[in-house]
Amino acid sequence: MLGVFQTTQKLRTSLRLLSRAGLPPVDLQVQLLLRGRCPQSATFSRELHLGPGGSASSPAAAPQRLPFSRVTVEDLTFFRKTLPGRAITDPDLVQSSNEDWLKSVRGSSEVLLRPQTTQEVSQILSYCQSRNLAVNPQGGNTGLVGGSVPVYDEIILSTSLMNNILSFDKISGILTCQAGCVLENLSLYLEERDYIMPLDLGAKGSCQIGGNVATNAGGLRLLRYGSLRGTVLGLEVVLADGQVLDCLSTLRKDNTGYDLKQLFIGSEGTLGVITAVSILCPRKPKSVNVVFLGCETFDQLLKSFQLCKGMLGEILSAFEFLDSECMRLLNTHLKLANPISDCPFYIVIETSGSDSDHDSQKLHNFLEEAMTSLLVTDGTVATEESKIKTLWSMRERVTEALTHDGFTYKYDISLPVERIYQLVTDMRQHLGERARSVVGYGHVGDGNLHLNITSSAKDPALLASIEPFIYEWTAKFQGSISAEHGLGLKKRNYIYYSKSRPTVAVMGKMKTLLDPKGILNPYKTLPDDLK
Amino acid sequence: MSGRVLVGVKRVIDYAVKIRVKADNTGVVTDGVKHSMNPFCEIAVEEAVKLKEKKLVKEVVAVSCGPQQSQETIRTALAMGADRGIHVEVSGKDYETLGPLQVSKIMAALAKKEDAQLIILGKQAIDDDCNQTGQMTAALLDWPQGTFASEVTLDGDKIKVVREIDGGLETIKINTPAVLTADLRLNTPRYATLPNIMKAKKKKIANVKPADLGVNLTSRLEVLKVEDPPQRQAGMKVETVEDLVGKLKEAGKV
Repeated sequence: MLGVFQTTQKLRTSLRLLSRAGLPPVDLQVQLLLRGRCPQSATFSRELHLGPGGSASSPAAAPQRLPFSRVTVEDLTFFRKTLPGRAITDPDLVQSSNEDWLKSVRGSSEVLLRPQTTQEVSQILSYCQSRNLAVNPQGGNTGLVGGSVPVYDEIILSTSLMNNILSFDKISGILTCQAGCVLENLSLYLEERDYIMPLDLGAKGSCQIGGNVATNAGGLRLLRYGSLRGTVLGLEVVLADGQVLDCLSTLRKDNTGYDLKQLFIGSEGTLGVITAVSILCPRKPKSVNVVFLGCETFDQLLKSFQLCKGMLGEILSAFEFLDSECMRLLNTHLKLANPISDCPFYIVIETSGSDSDHDSQKLHNFLEEAMTSLLVTDGTVATEESKIKTLWSMRERVTEALTHDGFTYKYDISLPVERIYQLVTDMRQHLGERARSVVGYGHVGDGNLHLNITSSAKDPALLASIEPFIYEWTAKFQGSISAEHGLGLKKRNYIYYSKSRPTVAVMGKMKTLLDPKGILNPYKTLPDDLK
Repeated sequence: MSGRVLVGVKRVIDYAVKIRVKADNTGVVTDGVKHSMNPFCEIAVEEAVKLKEKKLVKEVVAVSCGPQQSQETIRTALAMGADRGIHVEVSGKDYETLGPLQVSKIMAALAKKEDAQLIILGKQAIDDDCNQTGQMTAALLDWPQGTFASEVTLDGDKIKVVREIDGGLETIKINTPAVLTADLRLNTPRYATLPNIMKAKKKKIANVKPADLGVNLTSRLEVLKVEDPPQRQAGMKVETVEDLVGKLKEAGKV
């Protein structure tokens, strides 16, 4: 790979020399040349999910490059002047920002910008709009739908250096911070002050709050604290023309006009760049218990859920599930031992309350009932932080375990709760021997299934069996083809399985209104046929 | 041969919690802070329960010295498979000064009272890091000791202990009755499963006072001050070699 890299570096240098000489950078030719030197592992989005003919026939494949300008020496001079020392063009440093966490999509951006202030973001976007340069806003780059990395040579606008906490009100629990704050750091900050973030996800060590808001991230605590649409009180957003929209309110209630921040929440960086967030944080619970249970059938799991809501209702803060295939992957690839005996289904339940005695009592009553009525066949309880972390890792690290099992096809579906596992069993039957593993896990309490399929290598024939079968199945039960991961690059063209044409048409109008030149995160979120 | 094992379990601040020093520097903040069983004590309980499952011992008794909350720690041991518990009630000032010497006197007295064949303790507690209770208990009873055990094998009336020492592993053979202290690699403690947690609720925990055992709790140690370790200073990044040399000269290092 190093040899390939050095060769591409030489090509880039010669490109730069050529452009300095006034000749336009050779576009298609260079793409082909580079492609010739990196034949294997999907290095270009266009190669992603190629049909057998080698043409970009799959709806997930990237469209042709739109006629944005290309970065010139003058552009670089401007960026370097605006962001001294933070306009990065060194290929080694830009490389990791060009590829997503799953290593499934890779762009060819040559410029990584790292602003520290909203003002700098404004200057950059204003300039890029006037120059018709495409921009890819990037937070922690932990997205799973290829929305966080460039498709072609879009300029990467990273919020990583915008990591200051601006204020925290101890009485109301309202936190205001820049968009580049890492979620886990915010959690640690708040925990010292007896509060917690209202959301939590496996990627917390890397994901940034701006990105969380841009994707309307769900996570493990949604069951208890609700979605970001409720907990985010205000946003500061920079629009495509550089205008700074200050909607950074810290008010719980404010019915004065249209609530613009809701537009940007979940917009995946296509309507504006979020630069600051104010969010309502709950108090840190005094008593947290985590229970890991085993069930024989999915039906029993659902009954346990009903029992749980009835007996633990007000202290319930998470209800997650994973199947035996997930456990097998955790055992095999991460050497995590099963805390209980082997069962077809596992549940992770978390309770959060203000009184440990009351909560233990409620929990024990529930567990006794669940065991005597044989809804649950085995389980264990944790009250100590160290054990809680270990039990949670059984659920949180499934994604990681999958990456070791081969190439992963990830699906994030919302369905009526009773139907959730049926999709997994139908998919297993449908794929038969063609897939290596088919696993189901997720936020069953929210009706959200994470269905993952692995194969030893990227397999277009396998993909053709999975899609559109899975989307049609989901549409049949009025489900969502992307419950919380968003659409990004990979799912943009499937939007019609969950949203009507008139609805999507209005989305297109909003996009044109806020980003007339379409420079913000192009090729993502909205379907290709809108152009 | 009663085949009885005494296992000492200590209630300590959970190892994942961030420790805070009290404002008056007399100790660390324990109020409202999450506590759990000392990790090495968990390993000790696991070893005892394993011996019982192999039918090499007949009864596992979990012992804890401390205030009311120590009973939770005993319950955890019961949920892991111990048969019954003994809570030696120590609270207030006595609890603040409770240390290895007092606990080992209590353990020795209990060993005689309960006719124990074996005492298994964790090698040390994660709050004081003393690493003394096992050794003192053995001395008071005049029993052999197998400390830092990473492997224990019962062989008739003798015990083979593989010990983790600085130079590597040392294997010794000791007579019973004996005291063992558990090191990290002795075993991996099991999770208390629900059926056992339910059963544990019905198991008995006896209440005993140190005076009943004829133990004097006076401590000969006095804590003068508890303070934070010095804050780690942030490093500095310099742009050029000249800057580096300049800074070193400034600091008087060159």
